[in-house]
Order: sequence, then C-alpha cells, then structure tokens
Amino acid sequence: MAGFLQQLVEGLGAGAVYASLALALVLIYQFTGIVNFAQGEMAMFSTYIAWQFTVAGLPFWLALVLTLAVSFAGGMLIERIVIRPVEGAPELTVVIVTVGLFIFVNAAAGWIWTFLIKDFPNPFPGGAVEAGGLSVGYSTLGVLAVVAVVMGLLYLLFQHTKVGLGMRAVAANPDSARLVGIRVGWMLALGWGLAATVGAVSGILVAPLLFLEPNMMGGVLIYAFAAATLGGFDSPAGAVAGGLTVGVAETLAGAYVGFIGSDLKVGVPLAIILFVLLLRPQGLFGRAVVERV
Amino acid sequence: MRLSPIGCAAVTTTLLLATAACGGREEAGTGATTAAGQCSGQQTTGITDTSIKLGGIYPLSGPASAYGDIPKGIKAYFDYVNAEKGGIGGRKVEFVVRDDGYQPPKAVEEARRLVEQEQVFALFQTLGTPSTTATWDYANQRKVPQIFVATGASKWGTDTAHPWTIGWQPNYVSEARVYAQYLKQERPDAKVAVLYQNDDFGKDLFEGFKRAIDGSGITVAAEQSYEVSDPSVDPQMRNLAESGADVFLNVTTPKFGSQALAADARNRTWNPLHIVNNVSSSITVLKPVGFENVQGVVSAAYYKDPNDPQWKNDPEMMLYFEKMRQYAPGANPAVPYFAFGWAVAASFHKAMEAVKCPTREGLRDAVRSLDNVQVGMLLPGVTMTTGADDGFPIESMQLMRFKGERWELFGEVIDTRKEFGPLTN
Repeated sequence: MAGFLQQLVEGLGAGAVYASLALALVLIYQFTGIVNFAQGEMAMFSTYIAWQFTVAGLPFWLALVLTLAVSFAGGMLIERIVIRPVEGAPELTVVIVTVGLFIFVNAAAGWIWTFLIKDFPNPFPGGAVEAGGLSVGYSTLGVLAVVAVVMGLLYLLFQHTKVGLGMRAVAANPDSARLVGIRVGWMLALGWGLAATVGAVSGILVAPLLFLEPNMMGGVLIYAFAAATLGGFDSPAGAVAGGLTVGVAETLAGAYVGFIGSDLKVGVPLAIILFVLLLRPQGLFGRAVVERV
Repeated sequence: MRLSPIGCAAVTTTLLLATAACGGREEAGTGATTAAGQCSGQQTTGITDTSIKLGGIYPLSGPASAYGDIPKGIKAYFDYVNAEKGGIGGRKVEFVVRDDGYQPPKAVEEARRLVEQEQVFALFQTLGTPSTTATWDYANQRKVPQIFVATGASKWGTDTAHPWTIGWQPNYVSEARVYAQYLKQERPDAKVAVLYQNDDFGKDLFEGFKRAIDGSGITVAAEQSYEVSDPSVDPQMRNLAESGADVFLNVTTPKFGSQALAADARNRTWNPLHIVNNVSSSITVLKPVGFENVQGVVSAAYYKDPNDPQWKNDPEMMLYFEKMRQYAPGANPAVPYFAFGWAVAASFHKAMEAVKCPTREGLRDAVRSLDNVQVGMLLPGVTMTTGADDGFPIESMQLMRFKGERWELFGEVIDTRKEFGPLTN
C-alpha cells in the first residue's frame, strides 16, 4: 500500500509539471484559438535565459524575476512579429507557423548554448518529508505549490481585474470587444506574453529534474497536450486537473500494468488524447462550442 | 597511380563502371580508376602516389553535435602527419568532413556526395549506429571501404554481407563482457538492476550482458527500458530501486545517463554499485550531476583520457597536446573527443602503412588482418587485432572508478577475446 501511495505522490509530482505547461497552452488557446506547438520550446529558451543569469552570478530569485520579465516581453514580441501577420488565416497556416517556431527556437538554443546538458540550480531543498512510510520530496511539494500559486494568480487576474475582463471579452467575442473600445491587438499580445511567462515557470520547474538541454521540453509537451485535451483546451483549472490525472495515470500504468511497463508508457498520453476526443471532445471541464445557425 | 592500358581495359569491361574515365578525363560519378601490376584490377579511386582522399560524416549540427569535435582531432592528426612526416607513406591525406545532423537520410546523401562527387578513396568514419546502418549498403554496393565507423554496434563485426564496413571502438557486447567479468570477480552473486535505452544500442549491450553472465551466479533482478522521447527516467529508477538489487547497470545516452545518476544519488535508501556505460561516462555527463554525487561510479575505457595526470609525461600525450595547439589552435585538447579523433586517425595511419596494395581492396584487407597493432593513444595493453573470423579491432577495455573530479583506472586490461572467446552472432 505504501508503495502504491508513493507511486501516486510521484505521479502527482510529474503531473504538476505537465499541468504547468498545459496552463500555458490553454492560455494562448483561450485568447487566440491557436494551439501553440512552440510552447515547450519557448519555455526551454526562457529556462536557458534564467540559466545564463545564474551563471552570470545573479541570485536565483532575481534571475527568476528577470527571466519572467524577459519571457513576457518575448512572448508579446513573438505575437507581434510572427503571429500577427497570419492572424485570421486558416488554422492550418497558424499551426504550421507555430511548428516552424518550434524548430527555429530549438535550433537557436542549440546554436547559442550547444546541445551539451547543463545543470540547473534547484530552488527547493533536496530532502524529503517522511510520513507513514511515504517520502515526498521537497521539490515535488515545491512544484505543486508553485503550480497552485500560478493558478491562483491567473484566477485573480481574469476574474478581478479590468485587464482580465478585457481579455475575457476578447476571447468571447473579438468583434464586440473591439466595438466597446478594447484594444484587441494588445490583449492578444498580452495573452502570448502571459503564456510565455507561465511557460517559463514550467521550464524552470522541470530543468533541475530533467537537466537543461534544447530537447528538454519535447517529451513534456506531449504530456501537456494530453493534459490540456483531457481538461478542456479552454479551461485553466481543467488543464491543472488534466495534468495531475495524466501524471498519475502514466506513473501507475508504468508501474502496475504489466504489459505497459516502461515500453508503452509514452502511449498513455496518446491513448488519453484519443479517448477524450472520441468521447468528450471539449474535455472534462471545457465548454462545448455551440454555434447558432 | 597512373593508368595503364590494361587498367583501362579492365575498367571499360566492367559493367559497374561503364563509362570510366581513361586518359585523365573524369566525369562526375564515374571517375573510377584501377591499379596495374600485382594489384591489377583493384580500385585506385581517390588515391595517388602523393595523395589520399578520405571522407567522414559526423553530426556537426543538431542534438548530437558534441561529437562534431571528433573530426577536428582527426584533422589535427592528419595536418601534423602531412606537414611533418610527409603524409602516410608519402601520401598527403585530405580529409573531407560532411554534416548529417545525426539524420540517416542526410547521411546517405552525404555518402553519395563523398563517393561520387568528391571521389574519396574511403569513407573514414561515419558516426552513429543509425547513420552507419543507413549508409553501409551503399558503401558495400559501391565497394568503398567504410573504415573504423564511430559506433559500438556489434553488427559491424558479426555481419558477413558487408565486408567493406568495419568498426573500431570496442563494441557494446565486448563492453558488456568487461562489466560481467568485473562482477564475476568482485560480486559473484550480484543481483543486477538494468536501465537500458529501448533501441539497437541499449539492447545490444543488455543482451550481451545477459549472455556474458550466463552460467554464473550473477542474475538480472530487474530491467527497465526507456524511450528517447521520455521526459525523464525517474519512474524507471523508482521501479528499479524497489528490486533491491546491489548492482545498477546504467545503459543510457548522455541526458538520460545524467538523470539516472542523479536519481541514484537522490535515493538514500538504495545504494547499489553503479556501473555507467562508456557512452555516458564523459565528464560532460557527470559534471551536471555534481561530482560529489558520482563518487565510486564504475565504467570502462580503452583510450587515454587527456585529463588523467598519469599520462602527463606520456610521449604520445605530450605529442598530442603540442600538435593540437599547433594545428587546432581554437580547440581545447583536454576534451576527450579530440583524443578519440587523434587515436582513430593514428589507427588509420597504422592500417594504411600495412596495406599490400594501395587500393580500396588493399585497405579492406589490411583492416581485416591487423595483428596486435599498437596505437600510442590507446591504453597500454589495448591493441588492434582482426582476422578472418574477427571483425572487431578493439575488444579490450580497462575499468575505471570516479574519484574526486576525474576517472581513475584500476585493475588489469580485460581482453574479452581471451575471457569469452570470439564474438559471433
């Protein structure tokens, strides 16, 4: 039983990581209707920036704040330069642009920082809380706490600020929002900036565990997609719930379902994506799109 | 080698080389030439009395680009030999390097370019099992030697359908045998937990290990595989830790090697003897984990580590440092990949000196009849030997243990040929 609970806790820890990246995916989708395939790579690039700051001798928390600021600006810039020109183009065009962005950011990181792995300082202490035969690492707790805080902040932003209200208005109906005087372009850029910031948090959380290198987020992105699909692509809370579920499902399946083992573990998120799309395309927490004809 | 009328006749009558260039006229893709005299009919493309042209394919870009340092070490060696020794047997070596980004389709394209446009004498090193597998059919159809490929897959030696391809470094099965031999002596009733990459590389080493411990008291207590697309091997490491094994065999590529080393260090309740395979034994893998976390980890080596102070006054190592500074001024000679390149280039030098006919066929036969050839950059006691039934130049390794900030060699060189017999399929 202790073994099972331990696997459960580890699953939640892994799930929190997927959830953090899924949050970023969901943010962009909510405001722009775009699935950003480059989200993981942008997060990885932000993590490199944080790494560069710490190597330059800045304390971790200062480096973190600077990185989040740079990522926010970078996200807005990408929206302005790369996404704006194809705004309103067919979905396939936009998807291909984000895939191109994926390849570009990955190659750029490799070119600047090489493909050698780097160690990234862990903001959380190394020990673990021991209770009833369970051992929960401080870093697992830390990741869970950070994801909860990010969730809370996003909730406050959307529900209790004027900017948040404007962003929700743009998401609900861009044309009407423009008519009531909301600057839609800025709101979209803001959405990308926010998503890049949340992504940066995600990258910085996983880097101490996965080691920093340009392909670090590739695997995580697959799980984040599964999480976002499961939770519903337009629900931040759903993304977190989805992330935790995917993490636990993957860990338990790998440990207890004999024929899945480690070989088929990566198939778990894909199976989740498939079943959700078949049975409940809007996800657990998402709203089904209803169009009046 | 000049063309004789006989040579021309031989070429023109060969279907393969239908429009061969005689009388000095060469067209792209068909510039094949042949030798006269006792080597009559053998291919002399890419080699003359004063020059020899080689082509190598490496990932200079992309995720595996760290290996891109190897050709720089090779180039430095050839530049030194060309400038100070008059080349190999009077032939200046030209080494053309191509980038495949570790992508097999690109490797095929580059192999064609090297063979058909650059008219190289031989492919000297293709890096990586996937890229080499993609190109060896082509090289063997064209009868171009594919010499000392930079991968440890055992098929380069066990396969009989590709006589033009040969490896160099110890193959993964031999490496597995070295670890098995060590455990037989140190922990004859070891229970081993194995983490391996779920591809040719991981399975080659793991299967080799299982065969090597067959009939001994050593058992595999738990095995876990991972895919290169997995974000982390932490779940696998947890499952392995539950097995309570007292030895952990870490068969991984660099990123996952670091993750497994870190996971082992984090787990205070499971402290197995950690053996990490040669692929992940580089300092660049251990350093991110923290040197204090990898003390006592065991691995195996076959060439001299430029960071090891015991080679400080070694003549070959001194020559290496001096010539690297001279011919590759931007490179840091302490990086082992440069030393690897230097060692494999020196091995080619020895093999080329031993050819009976300066032809492609001559080189193919020479690398298959190496007899205890010594190479300065290899560890003392590690030599190159091949034969009709042995397609593996290096099959000996020495164990090393991580101490302080570097590897320390220990024990004797383990000759897996002697201990386990020849390696066959």
